[in-house]
Amino acid sequence: MSLLSDLAYRCRALLRRRTVEAELDDELRFHWEREVERHLQAGRTQQEAIRLTRLAFGGVDQVKDSCRRARGTDPVETLLRDLGYGLRMLRNHPGFTIVAVLTLAIGIGANTALFSVVDGVLLRPLPFPHPEQLVRLHESKPNFESGSISYPNFRDWQQQNHSFAAIAIARGSGFSLTGMGAAEQLDADLVSSDWFSLLGVRPLLGRTFLRGEDEVGAAPVVIVSAAFWRRKLGASPAVLGRSLTLDGRAYPIVGVVAADFGFQIPGFFHADVYVPIGQWSNNLLQRRGAGLGIHGVGRLAPGVTIDAARADLQRITRNLAAAYPEDDKGIGATLAPLKDEVVRDVRPYLLVLLGAVGFVLLIACVNVANLLLARSTSRAGELAVRAALGASRGRLIRQLLTESILLAVAGGGLGVLVAAWGTRAALGLLPTALPRAGEIGLDGRVLAFTLVVSLAAGVLFGLVPALKMSRGSGHQTLKEGGRGGSGVRHRAQDALVIAEMATALVLLIGAGLMLRSLANLWGVDPGFRPDRVTTADLALPPAMMTASPDAVRAAWRSIDDRLSAVPGVQGSSLTWGAVPLASDDEVLFWLDGRPKPANENEMSWAIRYVVEPGYLRTLRIPLLRGRFFDAHDAERSAPVAVVDEVFARQFFGGRDALHQHLDLNGGASRAEIVGIVGHVKQWGLDTDDHHALRAQVYLPFMQLPDAAMALTSRNATVMVRTAPGAPEVFASVRRTLHGLGSDLEVSRIQTMDEIAAGKLAARRVSVALLGGFALLALALAGIGIYGVTSYLVGQKTHEIGLRIALGARRADVLGMILRQGVKTALAGAAIGLVAALALSRLMGHLLYGVGAADPTTFAGVVAVLITVTVAACCVPAGRATGIDPTVALRHE
Amino acid sequence: MAAAGDRDRIDLPQGTLDLLILKTVALAPRHGWAISMRVQQISGGALQIQQGSLYPALHRLERRGWIKASWGTSDNNRRAKYYELTASGRRQLESEKSAWLRLTAAVAQVLGES
Repeated sequence: MSLLSDLAYRCRALLRRRTVEAELDDELRFHWEREVERHLQAGRTQQEAIRLTRLAFGGVDQVKDSCRRARGTDPVETLLRDLGYGLRMLRNHPGFTIVAVLTLAIGIGANTALFSVVDGVLLRPLPFPHPEQLVRLHESKPNFESGSISYPNFRDWQQQNHSFAAIAIARGSGFSLTGMGAAEQLDADLVSSDWFSLLGVRPLLGRTFLRGEDEVGAAPVVIVSAAFWRRKLGASPAVLGRSLTLDGRAYPIVGVVAADFGFQIPGFFHADVYVPIGQWSNNLLQRRGAGLGIHGVGRLAPGVTIDAARADLQRITRNLAAAYPEDDKGIGATLAPLKDEVVRDVRPYLLVLLGAVGFVLLIACVNVANLLLARSTSRAGELAVRAALGASRGRLIRQLLTESILLAVAGGGLGVLVAAWGTRAALGLLPTALPRAGEIGLDGRVLAFTLVVSLAAGVLFGLVPALKMSRGSGHQTLKEGGRGGSGVRHRAQDALVIAEMATALVLLIGAGLMLRSLANLWGVDPGFRPDRVTTADLALPPAMMTASPDAVRAAWRSIDDRLSAVPGVQGSSLTWGAVPLASDDEVLFWLDGRPKPANENEMSWAIRYVVEPGYLRTLRIPLLRGRFFDAHDAERSAPVAVVDEVFARQFFGGRDALHQHLDLNGGASRAEIVGIVGHVKQWGLDTDDHHALRAQVYLPFMQLPDAAMALTSRNATVMVRTAPGAPEVFASVRRTLHGLGSDLEVSRIQTMDEIAAGKLAARRVSVALLGGFALLALALAGIGIYGVTSYLVGQKTHEIGLRIALGARRADVLGMILRQGVKTALAGAAIGLVAALALSRLMGHLLYGVGAADPTTFAGVVAVLITVTVAACCVPAGRATGIDPTVALRHE
Repeated sequence: MAAAGDRDRIDLPQGTLDLLILKTVALAPRHGWAISMRVQQISGGALQIQQGSLYPALHRLERRGWIKASWGTSDNNRRAKYYELTASGRRQLESEKSAWLRLTAAVAQVLGES
């Protein structure tokens, strides 16, 4: 009851503040007048009566303040008053306000943009139900952590595990769609039954696969993606039960699923259609030792940890290795949280960038703090008056902080706009390099982050000036005519600029190291020349699947002939197996003359390129010894192989690899090494050196075993080198490839340059961003030192005038000002260097070919910093030399 | 600070101001000036309430619901804010008064004994 009336009172006091305040005025005036009257009645003079009343009253403002406090609305009212006051102050100094708000908007905007990316990619759970239960599954092989899972092993894992609610596998593939207009090559994923239900993907229409539909020999069914459904099926709800003709077989449509699952699982592609993996016509599917690019996901049963699941699978794989030593010896299982694997490659870049924008904001804050300090001269008088009128120091600090927080919030608001634009621009730069890009956006979480950052920034840049200014505002300031505390302030400004310089230096060094890494990587010889090479995936018509291997060979030969007849084509080759920087393929072998290994796990591995004679010429890979393939290395002639220098060194050491033999295909073929070529950086420019599997072997396309030759009819790759500077040549290759389209499907046409650039995309974008942030930091730091030097020149006008009057030359004055600036910059640089040494080590794994303490970068960056400092100091220094001594001395 | 009776003035002990105000407005509604005059008169000038504490106290008591304010016309025909005791204010006055009397009696007893 009394609580309620209390609340009602406070609400009235707050909502009808003006009335309440007016009433308080009336009440106190009444009291005042009665008191004066009383004294007059007691026979005092008017003057005396007023004096006595005033004495008794004390400070009217203090009485009012106490009354306001008594009303219990004080905190809110003070805040409102401070806000109103702060807004007036900012409005009255538009230049200061605009510069401060813009500086903060850039700092906060960059942070908001990057946080929205980090939040969408790293922090937010994957867009699946209970995403923490999802793990990625691979087969681990002796030399390979994340190898392909064989179908029989998957079945055993599935049946014998006690840890998973479900596990599923998938493999990218392709089908030829016929019977719906022109034949079309579709991207497909071959998946096991639980794939969709495990991830929690609900069908838009129909159903997902049923248990058993993924068995070999089950009736064919297909699920289509929503994009395909809209594109080819007119988004008709009546598609269920209709059939698609894929590779010449009818697949009834049982469901439609959303086009993508909101993100990309590495190694899986957005597909047009999904088909149960048992439908795959490759008879290797049933082989336990086969590596077919199949990878899995699992959903942990509730309450099971990933470690427990790992132990469980370890038990199973050990049993399998004992039961099938031929295929499964040394085979284990690799488990990793799905999210870790999705974001693994970009996490370090994003974290470095987040650190960098944090520094940028720090510098922005320091700049605004400097602006506030510079303004303190004009405000010292005002604050001293307020202090004299009874405002406590805490009260003044609160007032000043309210102003800086107002600034920060305004900067934050503008920063959100900057971020909205910046995020869109950044994502436009890299549509494919970033996983989960679709989940990035400005939402409540991001805005909350912005608000917190803005408030923190407001306190951060407001606190030091507020403390300094409130201290200098005693009566001493009043006596000094508002010029007190300038020495203190100058030192504080100096310290802030030193901090700014140090921070900018750290950023510049980070950016410099990354830039040098990128430059080193661009300079890395990939082992081939990617320029002017175009690749495309080819598939012969479905009817060829049942054709004889010789018919397939004949078809490929005719395509070869037609391609090389295109004017401007300098070389071309069909390839199967690995493509440099793009896709990998391995082969098992043993050196001829050694006993046949007991099982596949005791054989050796090499990266396999199945190519034609034109391959070396097309990719410009250097031939080191012997010869490359020629037209005679065909199906009827003796098997030959070419190896790379790494292979030769690794398996033959000091001996000559030429004319040695390799046993391939489980001993079915014995190939002679006829040549040695240069190593190709298969795994990427930056990571190839550290990869475990680097030995490479080339085999002639036409010598592929018959079973494999049948498979090439569905997916081979062609590489074409075109003559320089002739876009029409490039176009005619495309035309020719498409012109063959009536009986040949062509897909995924891209240049090797695109592939190579894509490999470095994340790095390139992060270098661009980091470089941008570093330049921003440098500019802000430059503005900071410019501001302080200008202030210094203003302060020393008198002194400089005196010096000039006494005969100092302009150069002396210039030198004096510049020395001061450079001294500050050097102090900042010294601190920054120490910090950079500590911090750059954290990004060591992002660097390539450059040490974390690279002296060139460090020295270069210091030179840049000094240059910017001198440039920034030149304007005010020039002003100083222009001081007219007579004016300056009269100035006092 | 007032001119007369500085020597005899007693500083108000903590908490007694509320009691004095409640007691003073219990008899009739009064405005702030009248309250301070009344206390001064009755105590023979020994108790003087400073404006700096009177008005905050009045506002605090009003917020607590022990007194309520209304605007009226003063004896010299001017608008003034009058405070009067509410029912809960009366209960508060009774309990504070008895507490005060018990306290002073106890203190007096202790002092008288020695």
